[in-house]
Amino acid sequence: MNTLLRRTIFPIYSNTLKISCRSLTDAPIKEQIDKIVKNNKVVVFMKGVPDAPRCGFSNAVVQIMRMHAVPYDSHDVLSSEDLRQGIKDYSNWPTIPQVFINGEFVGGCDIMLQMHQSGELIEELKKVGIKSALLTAEESKQKEAEK
Amino acid sequence: MVYTEGYLKEKLTKDLDAVHVEVTDDSDGCGAKFSVLIVSDKFQGKPLLARHRLVNAVLQEELKSIHAFTQKTLTVEQWNAQKS
Repeated sequence: MNTLLRRTIFPIYSNTLKISCRSLTDAPIKEQIDKIVKNNKVVVFMKGVPDAPRCGFSNAVVQIMRMHAVPYDSHDVLSSEDLRQGIKDYSNWPTIPQVFINGEFVGGCDIMLQMHQSGELIEELKKVGIKSALLTAEESKQKEAEK
Repeated sequence: MVYTEGYLKEKLTKDLDAVHVEVTDDSDGCGAKFSVLIVSDKFQGKPLLARHRLVNAVLQEELKSIHAFTQKTLTVEQWNAQKS
């Protein structure tokens, strides 16, 4: 009876245990990311930190943000393996860096670069109430010309 | 698994009905860093993010070992405009 019980009950028990363990570890990172991207207008998940990016693609995104003088929240995925995998799962995007504006995934380095070149980035920032420094510079240039 | 320019080009061309694909291995042959240009009308009417997601989906397996991947996704119309 005892063996039978162990054979039948234990696998079920250990299965549920495994499932509940997994959801316990999964949920917080997803929730954490959710909170991060929803509490900040612009968030960058990158390798390294803005002052010392540790990957050329992350550096490119940092430079773009700098050009537009965008205030943003940055997170170093190299500091946490949980975050590194978690962010890929969260946005269903295979690479780092990743940029979020207003809680929404916008893209990685290629997309940011192309949005920067097309002027789309200025528009996206405007939507969340951030005025790009490039726009400010453009306007003052126009004012100068009108004088 | 090491991927080659030729392998990626063939797969992208086939799966995305591309009229033109350029794949460049930027890794000196170790196969972990690529840039691609894909011209396909499958991108028509799709924003950039959706286009890139389409490409990522095609290379879902491959991107697990390719860690640097740059992509340009153009429609035939955009490509022609860029050439002229």
